[in-house]
Amino acid sequence: MTVIQFNNVSKIYQRHSGQRLLRDHIREWFRRSEAQSFHALEDVSFRIEAGERVAIVGQNGAGKSTTLSLMAGLSWPERGTVSVSGRVAALLELGSGFHHDLTGMENIKLNASLLGFSRKQTLGMIDEIIDFSGIGDFIHAPIRTYSTGMVMRLAFSVAINLNPDILITDEILTVGDAAFQEKCLGRIQRFTGAGKTMVSVSHNPGMVKTLCDRAIWLDHGRVVQDGKASDVLEAYADRFAVSA
Amino acid sequence: MSWKGDYVFVIRNLVLKDFRIRYRNMSLGVFWSLLNPLVMLGVLVFVFTRIFKNPSPVYPVFVLCGLVPFNFFSSAWISSTTCIVDNAGLIKRVPFPREIIPIATVLSTTIHLFLQIVLMLGFALAYDRPPNRYWMLLPVVWLPAVAFLCGLGLICSGLNVYMRDMRYVVESVVTVMFYLVPIFYDFSLIPERFRTIYSLNPIAALVLAQRTIILAAKAPPETLMWKLSLSSLGMLGLGLLVFQKLKRRFYNYL
Repeated sequence: MTVIQFNNVSKIYQRHSGQRLLRDHIREWFRRSEAQSFHALEDVSFRIEAGERVAIVGQNGAGKSTTLSLMAGLSWPERGTVSVSGRVAALLELGSGFHHDLTGMENIKLNASLLGFSRKQTLGMIDEIIDFSGIGDFIHAPIRTYSTGMVMRLAFSVAINLNPDILITDEILTVGDAAFQEKCLGRIQRFTGAGKTMVSVSHNPGMVKTLCDRAIWLDHGRVVQDGKASDVLEAYADRFAVSA
Repeated sequence: MSWKGDYVFVIRNLVLKDFRIRYRNMSLGVFWSLLNPLVMLGVLVFVFTRIFKNPSPVYPVFVLCGLVPFNFFSSAWISSTTCIVDNAGLIKRVPFPREIIPIATVLSTTIHLFLQIVLMLGFALAYDRPPNRYWMLLPVVWLPAVAFLCGLGLICSGLNVYMRDMRYVVESVVTVMFYLVPIFYDFSLIPERFRTIYSLNPIAALVLAQRTIILAAKAPPETLMWKLSLSSLGMLGLGLLVFQKLKRRFYNYL
């Protein structure tokens, strides 16, 4: 079953996008000039089946994060269609959606509800989330008092224990100590073993090899290669070796 | 996007978040919600009974009937206008229906509204305006106002993403509104030819309804209630519609 499908997707950013004031709109209105645009993705097509573990590789600015944001339903493509079926948990940035003045417990509830879980479901999973994170008594302290590693562990713990159908991660597993990384890897393997789908962006070839069976290589918003993880990584490394 | 979450649970959590963040580091806690209207009340009562002579013995209650709706409108409108930009981190990273943010922002100001309504009713009792059966109409008056602000908040929060000076426009309008809404003066003082314009102002309608209920112990005119309800539903519908269009490009602009 196809869970994620990209059909000729293009994502175009206007160069001026970002903070704008009324005067910018007025100026544009008078000049009627076409704003300069930038194609973050151009005509990208692929499909991901249920149970696949896919890595997206490429250099900075290749369109990896844009691809994830489209999958997660955070932004819409200017051309083409993106269809995703199933519940998605996206870990794009550590502790996004966490508020530093709230306690760990309050943040778990808030985050779980934003990810689409009912009160009952959340309360049912809360012990497992706290246990997995290894936060201990700190769970009742504001996360302002946490170390970066603790915030990361809590964020990961919420996302994985909420048992989504699709887990999207952006270069997050390189944080945290070795012991916790080991625990995460084990948990992700159990997750994908259960027929769930994972898509992640990573710059770490070792991580990609152990976690993913497929890789999509993006460069300047286009797909260069899409295939077995080891093959794509080899080609990617070759290209790098030549230019270096 | 298929988000099949629990809207009530999310909104509850977001409202609780606002409330906790605001009060966790304050020694006076919810008293702050009452301090602002009390200070304003004191100033207005001083100016309009000591400096300008005013024969009304219930002037403080009269002022509160205007001040409470105005405070709610101004704080809900200003905070909802900036809410999408303030929550940019959430909007860019967590996929959930964006409509929830402005609505939760407006709803969290209703906590302060509730405290201020209690204050207003307390003053009514103290000034010999005992509860009458029309008090039961107060929720019917307030509910449309909350819906109206949700609609207004949806539109302004969406526009603020594309034009960051939207919030200054809103703040200026609010300042002007303080004088254009009959807060410290009565409707009867408004010249005939301006009355129609006044009746289009939703805050003014709210003030009028409250004074009729609390001070005159009468039911507000039926046409007023209809206007209030219909304009609020219209605003909420329009807000949802406009926001639907605006939200598609939030990611690019935040």
